[in-house]
Amino acid sequence: MKTVIKIENLWKEYRLGVIGHKMLTHDLQSWWARIRGNEDPNSKIDFMSQDQHKMSKANGRFYALQGVDLEIQQGEILGIIGKNGAGKSTLLKILSRVTAPSQGLIKVKGRIASLLEVGTGFHPELTGRENVFLNGAILGMQRFEITRKLDEIIEFAGISRHIDTPVKRYSSGMHVRLAFAVAAHLDPEILIIDEVLAVGDADFQKKCLGKMESISGEGRTILFVSHQMNAIEKLCSRGIVLEQGNINFESEQIRDVIGHYLSGGGDDEQLSAEWINDNSIKSSRYFEPQEFFITDEKGARLTLPTKNSDDIYVNIKFRIKEIDPALSFGYELFNSEHKHVFICNQTDGSQSSWPEIKVGDNHVRSKIPRHLLNEGNYYIKMTALLYNRVWLVHPGKDSVKLDISIRGGLSDSPYWVKKRDGELAPIYLWEQA
Amino acid sequence: MSQCTNESKDAWNMIIKPKTGWFDIDLKEIWRYRNLIGMFVKRDFVTFYKQTILGPLWYIIQPLFTTLVFTIIFGKVAKIPTDTIPPFLFYMSGNVMWAYFNDSFKLTSDTFNANAKIFGKVYFPRMTVPIAVVIITLLQFLIQFVLFLGFYFYFYLKGSPLNFSISLIFLPLLLIQMALFSLGAGMIISSLTTKYKDLRFAIGFILQLWMYATPVVYPLTQVPDWLRPYYVLNPMVSVVECFRYMFFGQSAIEMEYIFVSCAITTLILIAGIILFCRVEKTFMDTV
Repeated sequence: MKTVIKIENLWKEYRLGVIGHKMLTHDLQSWWARIRGNEDPNSKIDFMSQDQHKMSKANGRFYALQGVDLEIQQGEILGIIGKNGAGKSTLLKILSRVTAPSQGLIKVKGRIASLLEVGTGFHPELTGRENVFLNGAILGMQRFEITRKLDEIIEFAGISRHIDTPVKRYSSGMHVRLAFAVAAHLDPEILIIDEVLAVGDADFQKKCLGKMESISGEGRTILFVSHQMNAIEKLCSRGIVLEQGNINFESEQIRDVIGHYLSGGGDDEQLSAEWINDNSIKSSRYFEPQEFFITDEKGARLTLPTKNSDDIYVNIKFRIKEIDPALSFGYELFNSEHKHVFICNQTDGSQSSWPEIKVGDNHVRSKIPRHLLNEGNYYIKMTALLYNRVWLVHPGKDSVKLDISIRGGLSDSPYWVKKRDGELAPIYLWEQA
Repeated sequence: MSQCTNESKDAWNMIIKPKTGWFDIDLKEIWRYRNLIGMFVKRDFVTFYKQTILGPLWYIIQPLFTTLVFTIIFGKVAKIPTDTIPPFLFYMSGNVMWAYFNDSFKLTSDTFNANAKIFGKVYFPRMTVPIAVVIITLLQFLIQFVLFLGFYFYFYLKGSPLNFSISLIFLPLLLIQMALFSLGAGMIISSLTTKYKDLRFAIGFILQLWMYATPVVYPLTQVPDWLRPYYVLNPMVSVVECFRYMFFGQSAIEMEYIFVSCAITTLILIAGIILFCRVEKTFMDTV
């Protein structure tokens, strides 16, 4: 294996706020004030310590990358994942030379093409064909290279009938397809792909994935950035997790990488996968909730987000002082838009299937099967009532609430690599009728 | 971004590193991207003709009317002498030359701002953009130049005393100097505008004053002798006057003025390239 990219101790510093005036008039003002011996009207009020601590944001600097070291081998498809702001785009921007690093070095063997720019080089007034030449030139192709590949590009993009139409009449899908086609036929030794699979129809996505695989099969290297864990899992041969400008985790076991990232909490605010009664719910003789949490099948507590290929067990621990046969409890599941998805009670099945309830402490659980919900955030609220008589735990008033967050694990199908529309994402099979 | 050869067997063909010195300039790379410059020129040319019917016509109407207005205001009202040159041709010659400088300076000085979107997405040598601008503006100049030639021959046939000089063969060199000067000056301003955003709004004003500091509406002979040593520091003085000398055979231009003008053009161009290369690598961080 040959190393095609070697990143050594890469730092990128951004300055926060206004350092150095942006207005010529302000600079002149400061200069005039200095001449007259007055205080600079534009000087920053220095209320922060002169602490030269490198990492601190207090001195107006922010380090998007903090000493990244990385070697990328030829033929690899490297998946780069991380939260927003972890430094993914900064890394890609430096690699594609849109901006320069503050410190450190990247050595590259071969030509880098980047799909960051999907169609930005396109001019709306020019035809598809003219734009292929323009975009190819922007990406550094020579004219004869483009001429040689023109038919292949047009065919791949699937727009042969519209190739002499101005691009301004293209749909956004056609736009992206043409842009991807140009970049993919550039024959770069290294291709950077940032979240392009989110566009285009299923058929074209399949084509892109296939093209990416064949590109890496030809010994070329791909850097792939995506929030679509499914696509990462399917394509990548190695993965890194970026966190706060550092490589946090790195492995050839792409599942481990995703697992590591997901257990790190994903993009979201603090999610709680358990609730413990701190006496905020008034106790009742008939039902006193103690704990509310989710586990896997073996009873191990789950951390969020979970994968869609995992079963989720909703557990309720509660205490009973007096048994009332009308007791019905369970949960209601809501999506992130606070719409009911479904309601589930222990009394939903036939009476013989109800769990046995005894005086004292009880622990029951109920499964939310894998491949039911779609990717996304949900929450569940505990409910308990005496049937037709009185609420004991009301889903609206009392807030006994858990979050459920699902990322990845949608399907093993090569044609289902990203979140589809819809509340549910079940896998129902087809067969010969 | 430079070639690296000291890695013995595995030669890295690109090193990405922080910007270092002031002279971190790779002109060879621009040559490698000459195809792109051609594509930019073609893009602007094609879109220009596709968008409007009036587009090309506009480049004829504009100098025609400006020349008419100048002839009336400066020639008839202010009665500024134009030596023996027919006033209409005199003003048109100044106008055609100034229009080129005016437009290419204005466009190149806006390079970073106008292309922020594409610069933020993909790498190519940024200098290809202003270079393409001065070339496409040259095409626009040619349209106006042909118009000028038309009137020139009209006046010539009418028997006006027009003595074009043999130095006319140097016209291409003059145009190259003008293009390089507007490129250099435009690149300096465009680099400064990344730091001083309000400079952009001053461009129109600067150009207006600059025109009056250039012999567009009056001949060099009208400039007092004591002022001339300073006056000719403006390279456009020599450019406009040389143009007039070539076509009308009379001007107060002297050889040393031309040397001064060329020297300053070179200085401005070098300063422009250095500043531009300094800014282009990290300008995205400041937008």
